[in-house]
Amino acid sequence: MTNNIYLPVIVLLLAAVAFALSTLLLAWLWARFFSPHKPGPSKNAIYECGLESVGDAWIQFKSGYYLYGIIFLIFDVEAIFLLPFAVAFTGFSAAESIAMLVFLLLLVEGLIWAYQKNVLVWT
Amino acid sequence: MDETLKNELSKQGILTTTLQELYNWGRTNSIWPLNFGLACCAIEMIATTMARYDLARFGAEVFRPSPRQADLMIVAGTVTKKMAPQVVRLYNQMPEPKYVISMGACAISGGPFKQGYNVLKGIDRYIPVDLYIPGCPPRPEALIDAFMELQKKIDAQQLTGENRPRHLNAGQPSEFPVPRFGEHDLEPARNPAIWKPPLVQIAQTGTDESGSH
Repeated sequence: MTNNIYLPVIVLLLAAVAFALSTLLLAWLWARFFSPHKPGPSKNAIYECGLESVGDAWIQFKSGYYLYGIIFLIFDVEAIFLLPFAVAFTGFSAAESIAMLVFLLLLVEGLIWAYQKNVLVWT
Repeated sequence: MDETLKNELSKQGILTTTLQELYNWGRTNSIWPLNFGLACCAIEMIATTMARYDLARFGAEVFRPSPRQADLMIVAGTVTKKMAPQVVRLYNQMPEPKYVISMGACAISGGPFKQGYNVLKGIDRYIPVDLYIPGCPPRPEALIDAFMELQKKIDAQQLTGENRPRHLNAGQPSEFPVPRFGEHDLEPARNPAIWKPPLVQIAQTGTDESGSH
């Protein structure tokens, strides 16, 4: 009789599980004996909606969309860097300005590459 | 069980019930409507669920966004011909037992838009309606009244026998044909198995629809 302080918890747990299961069982028995099974094409449809689902869920996106999104993300981040850069511009030394310029040019080079690869053309 | 004996027992603190009463008691107090509105009547329906009119008192505040969890369809508003197939399909997707309240003049007959080329002249042409609430739009009190009438109706339903409700009768359908939005009208224009309008002798009543003789 040393470690039965958890006994009430176990009893409650079992009672809770039994309550849940008995409710489900009762519902199942009720449906079995009283409610006739009435399936139908609308009722068994996968998607519950007034409209019938059209087409396939496994559609393919153009890979161009992915590249477009990546480029947008890069320049979005660049804008965040540019804002403090512009605010603190007058206090910069030459080395710091060149570092920032390299950063900008690298990204612009990426944009030129994307332009030459026709990524930005949306057809 | 004898009604007088039952009353006598309840006075002594003994509750007697039947399976049917228990079943109907549970269903009566947990009617879950479909979260679904078509026009201005839906605003009144929404007001009914809110704190001032408080539909939660009747156990019906749980508006389900899925037809598979709903018991009651409140057709609240004008049913256009474009929308009618979707309404019928939603009704078909609801599990039995299911009930329909036709709320407002439009859902009953087309209402003020009855002459409109694109308006369905009553949702009861396609699905069986349990209760009609007249009004344009009906007040929330009217919807609550319809709710209470529906509760009375459910409470009186028999579990067995000839008069048992549709959902307990294997011979009666759970789904109704969904009309097609055709070139000129819905096809078919009505479901004759459901829509049985009373025959009115216009010659005897003496007035036509426009009100002139």
